[in-house]
This record gives sequence, C-alpha cells and structure tokens, in this order.
Amino acid sequence: MRVFKLKRENFIPFMKGLSKFGELWGPVRKGDRYVYANEPPEKFVLNAIRTIVPAKKFFLPQKSTILKFKNNEWLEHYDVKKRVIFGLHPCDIHALNIYHKFYTRLYPDPYYLKNRENTLIVGLSCLPDENCFCHLTDTETVNEGFDLFLTDLGDKFLVWVGSPKGDESLKLVKDLIEDTTQKDIDEYVEWRKKRRSMFKVSLDLEGMPEILTFNYDSPIWEQMGEACLSCGTCTMVCPSCTCFDIDDEFDIRTDEMNRQRYWYSCVFREYSMVAGGHNFREARSERLKLWYTHKLVGFMSEYGSPACVGCGRCVVSCPVDINVITVAKALLKEKPDAFWARMASSNVEVQHA
Amino acid sequence: MLKANAPKCNIRGNVVVEENPYFPERARIVRKFDLTRDVRFFQVRICDQDKVMTWTTNYKPGQFMMISLPNAGEAPFSITSTPSRPGLFEFCIRKVGRLTSKLFELKENDFIWLRGPFGNGFPVEMMYGKDLLFVAGGLGAAPLRSVLLYALDYRDRFGKIFYLYGAKTPDDMLFREEFFRMKERDDFECYLTVDADPTGLWPFDIGVVTSLFKYVNVDADNTVAIVCGPPVMYKYVVDEFLKIGIPDDHIFMTLERKMKCGIGKCGQCVVEHKYTCVDGPVFTLWDVKNIRTLI
Repeated sequence: MRVFKLKRENFIPFMKGLSKFGELWGPVRKGDRYVYANEPPEKFVLNAIRTIVPAKKFFLPQKSTILKFKNNEWLEHYDVKKRVIFGLHPCDIHALNIYHKFYTRLYPDPYYLKNRENTLIVGLSCLPDENCFCHLTDTETVNEGFDLFLTDLGDKFLVWVGSPKGDESLKLVKDLIEDTTQKDIDEYVEWRKKRRSMFKVSLDLEGMPEILTFNYDSPIWEQMGEACLSCGTCTMVCPSCTCFDIDDEFDIRTDEMNRQRYWYSCVFREYSMVAGGHNFREARSERLKLWYTHKLVGFMSEYGSPACVGCGRCVVSCPVDINVITVAKALLKEKPDAFWARMASSNVEVQHA
Repeated sequence: MLKANAPKCNIRGNVVVEENPYFPERARIVRKFDLTRDVRFFQVRICDQDKVMTWTTNYKPGQFMMISLPNAGEAPFSITSTPSRPGLFEFCIRKVGRLTSKLFELKENDFIWLRGPFGNGFPVEMMYGKDLLFVAGGLGAAPLRSVLLYALDYRDRFGKIFYLYGAKTPDDMLFREEFFRMKERDDFECYLTVDADPTGLWPFDIGVVTSLFKYVNVDADNTVAIVCGPPVMYKYVVDEFLKIGIPDDHIFMTLERKMKCGIGKCGQCVVEHKYTCVDGPVFTLWDVKNIRTLI
C-alpha cells in the first residue's frame, strides 16, 4: 500500500484541498457526543470517538425518495451529492464494507452505488475508550474500503492510499504530502503497541455463533425481552444494520407521489406482521433474538464473519443496557452489570402498555 | 427495464446496475372476477408490448411479484398463472389491507404496477420423472395452481399427479368450477374436500385436507410433495408426507412473510440469515428443520 506523510500544520490545507472533490463532512462535537457534520475542517475533532449515528447515513439516508409518480408515470429519483467524508474509524470502514457486500449482492442497489461512487472516504485512526471492542471482532485495522486513511502520530499523519480514487484525489494536495522515512515507520509500530494496550473490554466473542445457537431457548432472552423498550435505538446506531421500509407519501404542494425509503428496525412490533394481522414475532424477546442471531450467527453463514464491528454504539446507546457485550456475557454465564440483568434479579413487575 | 435515465454505476468490484430493481412496470387489468366472497382473480398484461413475452415466459411457478399502486404501497403476491401459458399474469388477491382494498376498487382497463418476478420458485426441472403430490389449503391454492398447471401442460414429463385441496366451505374454494372440470380428467387425480358444508349440496368429501390422504398412492422415494396453506396446516400435512415415506428434501412448501423490496435488501422477511424473498419463498422440509422459526 502506498503511504505518505502529512505534517500536522498542513492538516487544514490538506482537508481544504480535498474539499475540491465535494462537500466536506467530518466529526464535530454535539453536546457530549459527536456527529458527522458539513463544517469547515477547523471544527473537526481529531480525537473524536464514535459518532452518534454511523456513516451509513451517507449511503442509505434516514429518509430518501427513491421514485416519484407524476402524470401516471414513475420516475427514478436520485439525490446525490459529491462528498468527502472524513473521520471514519477502522470499525466504521469495516461496517461500510459489510454494507457494500450486502447492497451489491444479487440485485445491486443503484441508490447505494450512486452514493458510494460520489463519496471520498477519508479514514482516521483512533484510540479506544472503555466501550470499544474492535480488538475482539478483528476490526481494529483496515486494509480496504477507504480511499485515504490518516494515522494520527502526534506531530504528523501517515496517509495510506486505499483506492485509485484516493490516489487520484492526492493530486489535489500533492504539495502537502511527503515520503515516509524509517523513523515514521518505527513511530507507527510504537503507536500500534500503545493502542493495543488501551482496550479494556475482555470477552470471548469468537465462540459466539455456537454459544448463541445452543442458547436459543435460554431464559435470558425472556429477561431481556421484559426490559426491552422496542425503541429501535440499537438498530439505528448500528453501523451494519441494513433494514429499511418503503412507503408512499403524497406531496400536496407539488401534486406528486413520492415513494420513500427510510430506516426500519427489526425490534419494532410491526416488523414481521403480515396482512390480516398475523405476527411472526409477537414477543419482544423473539425480536431481540432475531437481531442477535442475525448479526452474530446468520451473517457468519452468509459472509464468513459476524456483522458486529465492535464500535460500541449499542453499548452507549441502549437505555436498558441490552448490547453485544452484556448479551455475550450473559450467555457466557458471566454476570453482566446491566439494567436488564438487575431488573431480572430483583423480580420487579414492569407494566408494559 | 433499462431506461434512458437509468444510472450506470461502477465502483471497485465493477458492479454495474443495468436496471433499477425498484422501478415498477405498468400493466393493465384485462379481466377480473370474484373467486369467493373476499378473493378476486386478476388477469393483467404488461403495457409495454416488447416486454410481454419475455416477462411472461421467463419465470418459475412459485415465484411472486410486487404489485403496487401509487399512494397505496406495494406488497408481494404469488403468481397464479404458469409460464407455459404466456401473455398474461394472473393473481388471486384477498381483501385484507390498505393496498388490497384499493386493488378491489379497480376496474378492467385500469393500471397496476409490477416488479419481479422474484423468489426462487419451485425447482420444476428436479421434479421431472417424479410423482407429484400437491396439498393445498384455502388461499394456498393460488401459488400451487401455477405449478399444477405447469405440470399438466407438460404432462408427459411427470409421473402420477395427485392434487388434494381443502377449503372451509364450498363457497371458500378457489377455482371451484375449474377443479370440478379437472376432476373429470383421467390423467391425474384431483380430490376436493370442505371442512363444513352449510349448503348441503357438496358432492365430494367433507373433512380436513389430511382425510384425503387415503386416496394417495405414490412411489414414496420417487415423489415430490408440495404443500401450501394456512400456517396451522403445515404440521399435520407434513406428518402425513413423512408417514408415506417422502424424504425431507422432496417436501416443498411455500411460505408467507412481510416483504417491502423483494430483492433481499429491506430485511423484513428475514428468518435467521435467510431472506424469504430471495432464498424462498419455496423451502424444503430440511430447511424448515434447520432454520428455526421458519414455520
């Protein structure tokens, strides 16, 4: 892989140079969390940890119009912008690779591909916090799926080139980058050691497919189902969740009918409900089980790796602590420190609407 | 479906989208009539003359199409017609929801929009030379009619054919007159039953569909069994198949799930890691044993 060096003082001009490709998006602070926003590079937070919503929103927007109906004709509708997305961590890029495999198999999705084609992905290295577990899902480094990747070594960045598009984009900033020296490589090796030592979560995730399969009828699912709010937060923040719903919307201002596609969640009650009212997954525990078996077992059979990339978004987002870590711990018979587990052990009767 | 404004996308693995799989094709209702109180039969023809023959010959019995109406949404429907009789698509539609209520308001010569056909369909080539045993319950006759008519149209490619169909009452039986006529054929065995007969005029068996198995006489190792009906029926029918001695991978069933895209993307039809819209809707008994929550 081609690697260059970028001095820290050249970072802002480097990003401004890349912005000639398209709109510049990067991680900025919002309250105590981070979001991807279209802001000038001075506002980007270089040590930002996971954003609230993952970068999937650029490729499958929360809500988008895919078709329009006008004068008795359907018309395709694309809303594509050229964009540079900066600040994707290795786990985010792994998740986008899952997205790419998923959306290009069988019937390739033209909307996804258009967005992907018009996006320059610029990755950024990160240092893990207490909720990161990408060292357990084998997603702490990334070799493909980005156009450029920046490794932050303090006074300089290493710039890895991951695609022809990335190589092409370097022409926009060719005066700012220089060749690497042996000293840079040594520093990088040191940095990797330091990063590796910073992970706090320790857990056997590798055995999950078998353990989940054997625990299919475990009472743990019932306990989690009792606590689950079916709010769908876990699926919205999960970078590898791909489900969507399609609905028609009449626009009274333009007299047009829009066929909308928007994010959907398998923990919603209507997810598996067919006409006539039969629901294949009436219980919350059934729907939770679907999420975890699909992500950690089912995806494995289809693509050879689980769909969890260890970003920790479900860990910080679920209001009742149902996440990959607590579920795995519970199935491994380690007592998880989680709201749902405390609720189950205290025998509190919870009234659900 | 290639349109002038269709996108050509090219990214790393050279994925090229030749046609937008979400784009619906316009079709005209050429005939419609009621089969029962709440089930209506629709014959439709693709409006684009160039596509009529390619669309209506290149599908497998057991596949489904996404039917949509602007502002009412889109839903999957089994194709009731067979590719051996091309030119038209046929659907049996029960009035149960928002889209189907709108479909029931349509008249002949009105437009509907189609996408597909999608799904794996029945592996008809694998059935050549074998005895066929169909078991339908209620609306399950709709997808099975496709493969039954296919087998009858290529009658010499198959062994013995048994068709068992059970409905709640004579009034709830789909294609009742068509099956009455079929009973008179001597090249295959057609048995009909109803759970109850309030009219008192029903000339055939009365009882659940499994009561018709006494008429079945097939070579078990060389038989393909196909079942479709309400979810509660599968267990009892499958038990009968196993009693006869039909192997797991020769028992086919076609299943229902909620679908929004039909192309293995939206996820709403997922069962473990199988997407019913692309890996199904036709599954074998082995799949059912292997994939929990399938039925």
